[in-house]
Amino acid sequence: MAHSAMAVDPHNLRTFDMEQNGHVGPPPKRIVTGYGFWIFLLSDMVMFACFFAAYAVLVGQTAGGPAGAELFDLQNVAIETGCLLLSSFTCGLASIAASARAKLPFQLAMAITCLLGLVFLALELKEFSGLVARGAGPSRSAFLSAFFTLVGCHGLHVGAGILWLLTMMAQVIAKGFRADIQRRIMCFALFWHALDIIWVAVFSVVYLLGAGA
Amino acid sequence: MLGKLSLAAIPIDQPIPLIASGLVGVVILGVLARLIIAGHLPYLWREWITSVDHKRIGVMYVLLAAVMLLRGFVDALMMRAQQAMALHSQGYLPPEHFNQIFSAHGTIMIFFVAMPFMIGLMNFVVPLQLGVRDVAFPTLNSVGFWLTATGALLVNISLVIGEFARTGWLPFPPLSEMTYSPGVGVDYYLWSLEISGVGTLVAGINLVTTVLKLRTKGMTYLRMPMFCWTTLASNLLIVAAFPILTATLTMLILDRYLGFHFFTNEAGGNVMMFMNLIWAWGHPEVYILILPAFGVFSEVVSTFSGKPLFGYRSMVLATMAICLISFMVWLHHFFTMGAGPDVNAIFGIASMVIAVPTGVKVYNWLFTMYRGRIRFSTPMLWAIGFMVTFLIGGLTGVLVAVPPADFLLHNSLFLVAHFHNVIIGGVLFGAFAGYTYWFPKAFGFRLHEGLGKAAFWCWLIGFYVAFMPLYVLGLLGMTRRMQHYDVPEWHPWLVTAAVGALIILAGIIFQVLQLFVSIRARASLRDVTGDPWDGRSLEWATSSPPPVFNFAVPPDVNGEDAYWAIKQQAREQETAKGEWRYEDVEMPRNSPTGFICAFFATLMGFALIWHIWWMVGAGALGAFATFVVFAWRDHDEYVIPATEVERIDRAHLEQQRPVLSEGG
Repeated sequence: MAHSAMAVDPHNLRTFDMEQNGHVGPPPKRIVTGYGFWIFLLSDMVMFACFFAAYAVLVGQTAGGPAGAELFDLQNVAIETGCLLLSSFTCGLASIAASARAKLPFQLAMAITCLLGLVFLALELKEFSGLVARGAGPSRSAFLSAFFTLVGCHGLHVGAGILWLLTMMAQVIAKGFRADIQRRIMCFALFWHALDIIWVAVFSVVYLLGAGA
Repeated sequence: MLGKLSLAAIPIDQPIPLIASGLVGVVILGVLARLIIAGHLPYLWREWITSVDHKRIGVMYVLLAAVMLLRGFVDALMMRAQQAMALHSQGYLPPEHFNQIFSAHGTIMIFFVAMPFMIGLMNFVVPLQLGVRDVAFPTLNSVGFWLTATGALLVNISLVIGEFARTGWLPFPPLSEMTYSPGVGVDYYLWSLEISGVGTLVAGINLVTTVLKLRTKGMTYLRMPMFCWTTLASNLLIVAAFPILTATLTMLILDRYLGFHFFTNEAGGNVMMFMNLIWAWGHPEVYILILPAFGVFSEVVSTFSGKPLFGYRSMVLATMAICLISFMVWLHHFFTMGAGPDVNAIFGIASMVIAVPTGVKVYNWLFTMYRGRIRFSTPMLWAIGFMVTFLIGGLTGVLVAVPPADFLLHNSLFLVAHFHNVIIGGVLFGAFAGYTYWFPKAFGFRLHEGLGKAAFWCWLIGFYVAFMPLYVLGLLGMTRRMQHYDVPEWHPWLVTAAVGALIILAGIIFQVLQLFVSIRARASLRDVTGDPWDGRSLEWATSSPPPVFNFAVPPDVNGEDAYWAIKQQAREQETAKGEWRYEDVEMPRNSPTGFICAFFATLMGFALIWHIWWMVGAGALGAFATFVVFAWRDHDEYVIPATEVERIDRAHLEQQRPVLSEGG
């Protein structure tokens, strides 16, 4: 009986009854950790939402200084975006390597991810220092304050992510693919991909809308 | 080398803070000396400071809240005394000191009394009620607690070194900008809240994950005790709202430290953006505080009426409705901004709408009591006192939610009376009810009933004598935060309010006394069964205090009021529990990560306040190194063998037998 039901309903969707036998107790640690980290990521996105909101409020407040259209170099931003998206791909490869417990591919993919992240950061720093040199630093106007804070906050996250990435590489060398390290690799990957999502929003809201205006 | 810090930062010319902090210093040194001489320090380090046990962390949260309550209450007494004296005179507190006191009072009472009290109760109770062995992330839990303690420590350091903010409990710009507040006061505020805010966020993530993911077998969502539901709602709000606080304070920090222009008067800054952002956090914050209190009252009313909670599902719905609507009313804090009649009307109506689910809750409690066999123990007294008091506070809240009325009452003492009415009559009474209710679970003996009742009556009467006059004063036109005044009509009301504060002081003295007397008489107050109140939820199924693993065998839940069902079944079948198969229990190992991390956070916070940049770097490096060291350890769990689990459990079952075999 149960066996034949399995065949037509492999995921037990029809016989699933929440009230009767729904909850079987706490799930494995991997699920709990991932779930908690997702909630952290959501809270982090709320923080970014505040900086986005502040940017939207202040974008017109240039105080006689330069606006986005005069400042943004879309070519630079395009390369930055390319680096970050590519790094998300290599980060995905690292996750696959980790679940296959393949040390060398894992380290290689992580190293490339790290490199792409560093290139991204270097380009961002170049942009920032260029703006400051032109007298368009964060204290020039409310618009620039909001711009530097929003984009800089994302940059800081990438920087923290790189520190985490290097720590994970060292941990895999020292400890191998232990269960707790696998969980951390999963959280790191979630973090890195989340930064990508936020960058897509930064790219669209700040640079594309700003350069077009 | 030391940034802005010099010997001039110590307020030698101001006797009050110096004597106060000197006294506190002596007390701390005295306690430390006693602990060292008695040789308790290694025990404290092993069993408490490095503990990752949710029960111990919960107790430490509540202890922090209790100590800070004393500090915050001293501030309150000083303000009441000042205003009782300051008719046609300067009183005894100079304006800059008075301003620091009301700022510190609000900051401490909200962030370091109400918050840790509630988080402490949730930490202690929720895993027990869910029938599990710990929270989702035990070590992070410890980190969260110690970061909160760091924030509290920084606020108190400001008493001796430098000064505290004079900008109120929320630092409104442009007053809080560098131009108008060049001192370190606002920086103390900002960094202590940034650090403790991270701690609160960690606690929130932890508890949300715990409720949503860690429940024992059969504990479906609609079988959870109401306190777990309100914990879920409250912590969802923490996760969604505290990042807003962090972001907003970060913007103010950038303004102050690096010359940004978020909230400045010049270069396009927008002051009202601060109001919007801070209240987008601030309004959910009051529900973060009150929702767990609602949960406590639900447990208490149901237990002491001997009935299941009336309208359980409507209560769940009301809780989640409040959770949602609380994010849609923030603008009522500044109707006077002048956003226009449409916007004000929408937010006014939303604010009144939120009274509906709250009303549902009050009716549910009343119907739970209706025809119940009510026992008037201390927790129940707090619950009844709450229902009456909170109702008044809620009604005056609806009153100020009417924009035209709010234009008259904005920033008056009417408002001060209103929020004290809901925070003392709601949150604090809830905290005290929970403290009395779960104290025997935490320590294995009850609190002294007589002194508890005396404390309750002093608090209740003291509250009315202290705060009803403030409603009158608000209607008479007195604004908040006045250091002195020249209106003779106000004077008698302010003297009455000061008397009320003294009655509350008597209540606090009774509470301290109650603790001491109960500890001394603990043999006669002992709770051997683990179920001193004839409780209904799973925390009463285990011993008092519970073993480190909470439950020897994970309980199996078949319906609401899980423990009540177990008791009923055992009584009907005239047998205690059947035979269990005991298994090895894996528990997380204690870790000093939280404490060390908080040490570096304190260092970093202090250095940031005083612009000691090398120390900032050292603190950041230390915190990072702490995490790496923690990540490197090889064994994060230890095993308690099944035989040991069995021994502990059998001893408990033996003592629990009377509860399970006799009726009532």
